[in-house]
Amino acid sequence: MKRLSTFLLTMMALGYVYLYAPIISLIVFSFNKSRLVTVWGGFSTVWYARLFENTQILDAAWLSLRLALISATVATILGTMAGIALVRFGPFRGRTMLSGLISTPLVMPEVLTGVSTLMLFLLMAKWIGWPARRGFSTLLIAHITFSMTYVTTVITSRLSAIDISIEEAALDLGSTPWQVLRDITLPVISPAILSGWLLAFTISLDDVVITSFTNGPGYNTLPMLVWAKVRLGVTPDINALGSLIVAVVAIGVTVSSVVLTRNERRRERDIQAALLGDH
Amino acid sequence: MKPGGWFDRRGWSDIIVGVPYAWAIVFILAPICIVTALSFAVPVLNSPPYQFVHTWPFVSIASFQRLFTDSIYIRSFSVSLFNASIATVLCLLIGYPMALGLTRVSKAANRVLLMLIVLPFWTSFLLRVYAWIGLMGNNSWFNRLLTVLYNILVPQAWHLANIQIMYTNFAVIFVVVYSYLPFMILPLYANLEKLDRTLDEAAMDLGSRPYQVFLDVTLPLSMPGIIAGGLLVFIPSAGELVIPSLVGNMSDPMIGAIISQEFGLNHDWPMAAAISVALLFVLVVPLMAYTRYQSRAEAGGAP
Repeated sequence: MKRLSTFLLTMMALGYVYLYAPIISLIVFSFNKSRLVTVWGGFSTVWYARLFENTQILDAAWLSLRLALISATVATILGTMAGIALVRFGPFRGRTMLSGLISTPLVMPEVLTGVSTLMLFLLMAKWIGWPARRGFSTLLIAHITFSMTYVTTVITSRLSAIDISIEEAALDLGSTPWQVLRDITLPVISPAILSGWLLAFTISLDDVVITSFTNGPGYNTLPMLVWAKVRLGVTPDINALGSLIVAVVAIGVTVSSVVLTRNERRRERDIQAALLGDH
Repeated sequence: MKPGGWFDRRGWSDIIVGVPYAWAIVFILAPICIVTALSFAVPVLNSPPYQFVHTWPFVSIASFQRLFTDSIYIRSFSVSLFNASIATVLCLLIGYPMALGLTRVSKAANRVLLMLIVLPFWTSFLLRVYAWIGLMGNNSWFNRLLTVLYNILVPQAWHLANIQIMYTNFAVIFVVVYSYLPFMILPLYANLEKLDRTLDEAAMDLGSRPYQVFLDVTLPLSMPGIIAGGLLVFIPSAGELVIPSLVGNMSDPMIGAIISQEFGLNHDWPMAAAISVALLFVLVVPLMAYTRYQSRAEAGGAP
């Protein structure tokens, strides 16, 4: 049964073709000379040049990048706090409600999160006069809120896998809680904090639905701009943009997985060495 | 353990709990309460465009009545649930063999193949939808391929020059399956990977044929993975807004488009709120019931 049957092999091959055919097609046609995105008219890099001349796209990309950087950072701080509270603070009052609230945006369709957040902003504007207009601040709040829930999930799953006894030992040996947090808990969960941040960053960079409800005029993020452009029809400069994103992501993922694999190997070697008493 | 856990200095632990808690109450709980309250209001031509009834019982169920009588809402609800169901089943049919295959390959191949499943998730969702738009158009290689396949299968009289894929419900399901397939494969893989392979071998030794081993051992044991993956596909695809707006038939909208239209175009907040509450009920209540059932089963079923 260990052997891969022909059926499974065929299904896997077809599955990967399904997943990658459009991406490869996107990249190939980004080098197309013709304006038509489906008919090959010779090799050219004109659409890449066109992309970097398009200030509208560059502005939108810059807005998306700023938004993703700030919202991912704030979301990581809030999400880490919530994760530590949920896993390490024992059964405090309101714990169930906090974990329920945090998981709500994960199970709701985005359109509901978007419409309900917009209603909140509009009513707040009416009642307390803020936010008077929707723009960067409302986008930031909406992005922080849904990114935070993902970060919390990453942190809680990592933290529950870590033995609490090290932290308790440090407390017994006279460390203050603040020292325990700074010297043990945070360093131990730092990989989870990093992957939580990356997840929050990507989600924010990619969000369309919630952004479409909470942004104001003049605040078009990159996905919003692409959505508007694609609704009008397909154009090859979007192919170029997509190919660039795929290239950046592929390089990033490959580099990080190589680094992670190397760290993992080194850790395994260290554990082996420690077990053998070979210092 | 102490009531505050290990981090028992009052001030600090209050901040660590309090800040995310306050954020969650204002920006997660309050919006849900507002939507629920507004679904019982009536629309007026004012700003904000709703009003609560001033006489007993102070709530109006007019929006909910419209929801169950007006064919637009019934129709879009059924289209959404139909599309989401078909997409979930297709994701399962495609994703299950892939996840099973991933558990049977060498460790090195597994690492690369898993990364290839996750990789599209890190690229832009919108651009992956966009890539299909090019492929589904009437003169792309993909459309020609499907047309040729179709013409081989059907009698001469029904031959087509090309198949209309764009702006159909089929296109929506096709792209939804494509977009959410990794969400099905990953939980399934996580579940299948943990299964004890010796059970398969035992069944084989006792004379089961491979398909019997699959039906009697693997499939029942992977049920939690199937349900987790199914929910991860079903919920977002039922409320999908972007994919139908780009490749779907706009005269037969899904429920997400209806909510956004009632809110943005018609300024009928109570109606948008009522549809949202109904959608939340249809999608999230079964999920909560399942979670409760599962945690009870785990508590009671552990040996």
